[in-house]
Amino acid sequence: MDKALFEFLCRMGDNTLVLGHRVSEWCGHAPVLEEDIALANMSLDLIGQTQLWLGLAGEIEGKGRSADDFAYLRDAFDFRNLLLVEQPNGDFGKTLMRQFLFDGFQSVMLEQLAISKNERVREIAQKVAKEVSYHLERSSDLVVRLGDGSQESHQRMQAALEDLWPYVGEMFLDEAEDAVLADAGIAPQPSSLKTAWDELMLPLLGKACLEVPESGYFQKGGKRGTHSEHLGFILAEMQFLQRAYPGATW
Amino acid sequence: MYAQMVKSTGAAVKSLEEMEPQERAFQERIDAGEKIEPKDWMPEGYRKTLVRQISQHAHSEIVGQLPEGNWITRAPTLERKAILLAKVQDEAGHGLYLYCAAETLGVSRDELYEQLHSGKAKYSSIFNYPTLNWADIGAVGWLVDGAAIMNQVPLQRTSFGPYSRAMIRICKEESFHQRQGYDIMMKMAFGNEAQKRMAQDALNRFWWPALMMFGPSDKDSVHSAQSMAWKIKLNTNDELRQKFVDQTVPQAEYLGLTIPDETVKWNEERGHYDFADPDWAEFFEVIKGNGPCNKERLGARVKAWDDGAWFRDGLMAHAQKHALADAAE
Repeated sequence: MDKALFEFLCRMGDNTLVLGHRVSEWCGHAPVLEEDIALANMSLDLIGQTQLWLGLAGEIEGKGRSADDFAYLRDAFDFRNLLLVEQPNGDFGKTLMRQFLFDGFQSVMLEQLAISKNERVREIAQKVAKEVSYHLERSSDLVVRLGDGSQESHQRMQAALEDLWPYVGEMFLDEAEDAVLADAGIAPQPSSLKTAWDELMLPLLGKACLEVPESGYFQKGGKRGTHSEHLGFILAEMQFLQRAYPGATW
Repeated sequence: MYAQMVKSTGAAVKSLEEMEPQERAFQERIDAGEKIEPKDWMPEGYRKTLVRQISQHAHSEIVGQLPEGNWITRAPTLERKAILLAKVQDEAGHGLYLYCAAETLGVSRDELYEQLHSGKAKYSSIFNYPTLNWADIGAVGWLVDGAAIMNQVPLQRTSFGPYSRAMIRICKEESFHQRQGYDIMMKMAFGNEAQKRMAQDALNRFWWPALMMFGPSDKDSVHSAQSMAWKIKLNTNDELRQKFVDQTVPQAEYLGLTIPDETVKWNEERGHYDFADPDWAEFFEVIKGNGPCNKERLGARVKAWDDGAWFRDGLMAHAQKHALADAAE
């Protein structure tokens, strides 16, 4: 059970860690000042969530590893994040679309975790859900406005959706540990979240005048540690100081 | 001090007797310590000088995101990353208040951006220096925010109401930024040999540019007198520079770091530290656009603005479409 829970917590924490990193790459480069502020805030929330999820993962593992140890001292094959969150920022439309797709997933996942039978998971989920509901409100508002905006903004949002759509399916892919956690009432099977996600997200995409790609094929591997080429570079950058000066305190 | 060499009218300061009644009444309000509010009458020179100063300050906050943002993705711990993100977010927020304060003087944020992007408006010279190692993030908080506070604390009492109120909020956050910078410096200076080396390297590179932040020496500062009469500048450049050095030298000593100026010495008679002048030729080159990062910094801001045009246009198109639809209903 602990092993399954540990894997699950790494997935949650690695998602927010890697996405928080990506979002923070925008610092100072956003299209308007308000977006610079919003993105920094978003990234800050995601890093905070990472500390909670990976902190708990360390406790469950019981080997004395901290959230920092997980973030800075693992190699790519030990990361359990979705391929979606490691995708490069692209234009601002792609960054927004990535955020929107992920916020929807977080939202339906946290709804279930907020009634988890594991008290620690439940507490974190209840705290984080407040932030995520704001994230989704913000990302969906912008996706709708830009999808139903100018011709160019519509085209860019449609292109972003098509680029990222192959990474949506992985969110709902069940791994072996998921059944164990679902049986124990700790976390839902990801496949069980698909309907709720569709119900939440498809009307919003419709409102944004965006067409959902038909292809059912999707990329996968992130949750088992087989990532895209991008993650290695994210880690090379993120882990530089910890790797170059082992044991230093900062 | 994010506003350097702000041009004022260039004319000599008039005495009260030389002023027309309206201007005289205005000056008397300032002399009495009253705040001037946006709708009050003000001399055109006052308005223009303030727009230059506030917008230069705002631009500095915005461009200032870049050297610190340079290390966000490489911050060494999750906590340091979160602190740095929060700090840079604060700087962007300061930019926002300041643009709003400038807008009360009848100039839009878009116009001010245009002036920044075309090179017409300046921002503080300090942000044209690179951040090369992690201790630079400490040095920026300690020295750069430290120097900024020297100027901004008195500006809380500046004569223009919206600027003064923005400054009160900003100062609270800046003093926190300075402390977090010093906290990084302590970790580095009391850390391992490599970290000490980074700390010293950061101090070596940021010391002189930090002194330059206060602007040229008083004897070369041609626009100060009018700004001081209007209370939009409250201390001279040299006064503030001295205060900064007096505060910073003991802090460097505590860290066991060496100020890269052999002439720094306590002067019993003056009750201040003596120190050398920075290289003013370098300063004027940086102001002209020839600093190590001028092109990159401005280029990054222009690119962000240009790349974001579709985003801003898209939002406007949506708003217009729906305003029309709402009106038709």
